[in-house]
Amino acid sequence: MADTAVHTGEGAGQAARPSLLNRIFLHNLSGKIAAVPMMATVLIVFIGCTIWTIYFSFTNSRLLPTGSFVGLDQYERLFSTSRWNVSVTNLVTYGVFSLVFTLGFGFLLAVLMDQKIRFESAFRTIMLYPFALSFIVTGLVWQWIMNPTLGLQGTMRNLGWENFTFDWIANSRMVLFALLIAGLWQGVGFCMILMLAGLRGVDEEIWKAARVDGIPTWRTYISVVLPMMRGVLVTAVVLIGSGIVRLYDLVVALTNGGPGISSEVPAKYVYNYMFSGGNIGQGLAAATMMLLTVLIIMVPWAYLEFGGRGRR
Amino acid sequence: MSQTATMSGSAPTTTPIAGTEPRGPKPKPFFTPKKIMLYTTLVFFSLYFLFPLYVMLVTSFKTMPEIRFGNIFAFPGQINFDAWVKAWTSACTGLTCEGLAPGFWNSVRITIPSTIVSIFIAAVNGYALVNWRFKGSEIFFSILIFGSFIPYQVFLYPLVMITRELGIFGTLQAVIIVHTIFGMPILTLLFRNYFASLPVELFKAARVDGAGFWRIFFEIMLPMSLPIFVVALILQVTGIWNDFLFGVVFAGTQNLPMTVQLNNIVNSVQGVKEYNVNMAATLLTGLVPLVIYFISGKLFVRGIAAGAVKG
Repeated sequence: MADTAVHTGEGAGQAARPSLLNRIFLHNLSGKIAAVPMMATVLIVFIGCTIWTIYFSFTNSRLLPTGSFVGLDQYERLFSTSRWNVSVTNLVTYGVFSLVFTLGFGFLLAVLMDQKIRFESAFRTIMLYPFALSFIVTGLVWQWIMNPTLGLQGTMRNLGWENFTFDWIANSRMVLFALLIAGLWQGVGFCMILMLAGLRGVDEEIWKAARVDGIPTWRTYISVVLPMMRGVLVTAVVLIGSGIVRLYDLVVALTNGGPGISSEVPAKYVYNYMFSGGNIGQGLAAATMMLLTVLIIMVPWAYLEFGGRGRR
Repeated sequence: MSQTATMSGSAPTTTPIAGTEPRGPKPKPFFTPKKIMLYTTLVFFSLYFLFPLYVMLVTSFKTMPEIRFGNIFAFPGQINFDAWVKAWTSACTGLTCEGLAPGFWNSVRITIPSTIVSIFIAAVNGYALVNWRFKGSEIFFSILIFGSFIPYQVFLYPLVMITRELGIFGTLQAVIIVHTIFGMPILTLLFRNYFASLPVELFKAARVDGAGFWRIFFEIMLPMSLPIFVVALILQVTGIWNDFLFGVVFAGTQNLPMTVQLNNIVNSVQGVKEYNVNMAATLLTGLVPLVIYFISGKLFVRGIAAGAVKG
């Protein structure tokens, strides 16, 4: 990658080999100046801040990041804090369900939308509009709907279903599913759009061949089309996955971690320790763990996508 | 990799034009069991998606007694705008009772400059990455894309330190910079892919004619890239408007954006809960992205699909 041949720029190395200084700074100066914000972002933020965070996660910094080096103390403390362990368990549970249901419903809806239906654009508009809304709005609406006394549960009980129960946001065992309902409401439409794009990208000839062979439609979708959509599926998994790790706003709006600590998530743990708990080292250690999680997801993906065979 | 998929996603099925060979079996009657199941499922899902919007709307027009004694589905007895007025002008966040209006204006003051700055920088960057490559530019770009997957929590504290060092922590500038930084990967990708799809000959011809970096950008590239600017605009305005985390960390108490204000109002522990006001406030906050969504239609889909398909 990054081959030196600048096909489109100003033909590198036409003249005699320029001096080192010239090559590093002056050659294609405008291009470099234009890329300064990108280089600064990469060097200062994406690389610099990451290293900073990792480094200071090994210190005992409290109100200011000035603490002394304490090795893995923060991490030991992290994993002996029940709030963190609950957060991680919650994230894993939520993540697995969210990933499976978002992909499942997304694919199902995409297949349904692909049946040459009427009112396709109306259905699409309806399914996608929640994606335009913020997680805060999403969380607050569902908080009201799931309000045990005045929301759906209260209404149904008033209407005669005395035993109707939908108190998930107040029930520490079900609260993750309350989050899930809101999260799916916001995100399924987007997954559907991705999947639909994938379905529409499948060659018509495949369908003809399957029809000639007499393969039932559902079978064609599962065994032929789905494997062909690998690119879209990978994209969807990566996007949904990185969204799940970031899960924060929705929790703040819908449950604020409650009841008790039963819907806490890592991103919220980091925020609370850094900005209201006054324990920066602890927050940074938690952030580093989040980074590690993403790396564990991303590195194999990046390797599969870009490693091995040449890029693009 | 999925560029083609993106394109076909934005263009709905074009019904085959008369003249092409007939496809599929003979037309069936409309009400086959399969069709009925198909539409029932779609309608069922649509109800799930529409239900919250409906509930928000009807709740916001009710009075509190109606909410307490009625049911969540019911229509308001009469359309009552009091909750909307209160949400806008005088709802309380626990400390102050100024309603959502200040939050709205803060969001405007954050969104407009952040959108402009981030799009401009990304457009120039994408252009440089395509037409003015230099040694290492692709490496930077790869790290940029990879970095966009790292959780924001990793950068949060160091960025607080940096902005504090620069003396802009808790000001609009800080939020604008942060939005520009984190909008850069996706926008750069968008512009890079778009500029790469333009014919190189145009660029070469302009070079031969002696036009420089900026002249080519402003006089040749920009006029040709209106569609991608609209896509970027939609992406950024909705994204920045909906942001919560950066607003709450970097904006400072004087500049809290609407989402933060909304959350403070609804989840404030003091006072009696006024659900009609809460729902009016929630709708008001969602209104800007919703309007953009309904106006932009296919472009929104294209924006998120383009945004989604990284690499």
